[in-house]
Amino acid sequence: MAAFWIAVWEGLYYLVNQEILIASPQAVLARGAQLIVTSEFWLTAGLSLCRILIGYLIAVAAGVLIAVATSASKILYSLLYPIISILRVTPVASFIILALVWISAGAVPSLMAGIIVLPIVWANVSEGIAGTDVQLLEMARTYRFGRLKTFRRIYVPSVAPYFTTACMTGLGMAWKAGIAAEVLSVPKLAIGTNIYDAKRYIETADLFFWTLVVIILSMILEKLVRLAMRAVMRRVIGGGELRGAETRI
Amino acid sequence: MELKHVYKAFDGRAVLRDVSMTFPEGKVSCLFGPSGRGKTTILRLLAGLEQADGGTVDGVGDRRVSVIFQEDRLLPFCTAQMNIAVAAPGSDARLWLEKVELADDAGKFPAQLSGGMCRRVALARALAYDGAVFLMDEPFQGLDREMKLRMMALVRTALAGKTAVLVTHDPEERDFLADTVLSLE
Repeated sequence: MAAFWIAVWEGLYYLVNQEILIASPQAVLARGAQLIVTSEFWLTAGLSLCRILIGYLIAVAAGVLIAVATSASKILYSLLYPIISILRVTPVASFIILALVWISAGAVPSLMAGIIVLPIVWANVSEGIAGTDVQLLEMARTYRFGRLKTFRRIYVPSVAPYFTTACMTGLGMAWKAGIAAEVLSVPKLAIGTNIYDAKRYIETADLFFWTLVVIILSMILEKLVRLAMRAVMRRVIGGGELRGAETRI
Repeated sequence: MELKHVYKAFDGRAVLRDVSMTFPEGKVSCLFGPSGRGKTTILRLLAGLEQADGGTVDGVGDRRVSVIFQEDRLLPFCTAQMNIAVAAPGSDARLWLEKVELADDAGKFPAQLSGGMCRRVALARALAYDGAVFLMDEPFQGLDREMKLRMMALVRTALAGKTAVLVTHDPEERDFLADTVLSLE
């Protein structure tokens, strides 16, 4: 599959035949080979990863808490819904420019990743909570499950698929917003800063390589998040009884 | 348990109009009648799952109540054994599964069981929970006659001396289990 798309890339390169517009796979590979042996590359990739991950994780936690709160209280829902709607539709660029005025350049990518992820998690988890089987909740009430058991046995399996979708969608969006924020805020040692420099000096091979780094990091992180969620779910629901729910993660 | 001049409507359509009835303690009362007469609504009022629009309901109160709902209401991500263990911690889930003839299916999830098997898991859950009061809504639906007879015998033994309300439109269930019949014609 990868070989097919590399062949398409190669074909496009020969078709366009302008290194400035499309770098060849060989040129990108050569540039990559030069960069990955430097400590700066690993530091740059690591710091970008950390910035985006911090914003992402905070947003996931906040999104879940806000979804629980707004599902429990109509007043809170009415209060917070407009803010979350605004977060959802406001262009990322506007937020980035505003954030650059308010906070340091290094913190902007985290904030942007968070701003993008929070409404996604909130909306999905809220939907999951609203869609929880009322008949099962009644059963839990009559059999005196209590809050913890109801949460663990009914809400968690019910919300899990929505939460997973939110986390996976949010992860991709966090990378997009985070890197865009780095391009505009140009913090030291950042993938976005390297992409910005590549644009400034018209280094197409650099641009392609750093984009490739983002794609690879994003894919690795997606796998790790998926594994972590399975582990957490197994722990929360308990026993070896997660088979049904796990297949949906 | 008692209902006095109870009114209940859903979406403006009256289901119960001035209904009064008493369910004697330590007896099995049968709410008997065709569908759509409000039998399930009475059961839900007694369980505290619905509020009456008028009249007074003296329901199960603070007592432990074993409910067999019209639907099985099994936890989809738990095995048959776990469904019982989660609802009735401390009970011998395997033993109850044996009693409902599902010992070999203890590790199966509800989606892997037939309708009748799920019904028997719901039955085992209610019996394992061992409530002071039993509320049963068509507890044997979906079972073939032979199985139904064996399950009815099991339920009759388990209910001895307990207060129970059985909702059914099956005369055989009524005659076999009920001490008192409250007809909703």
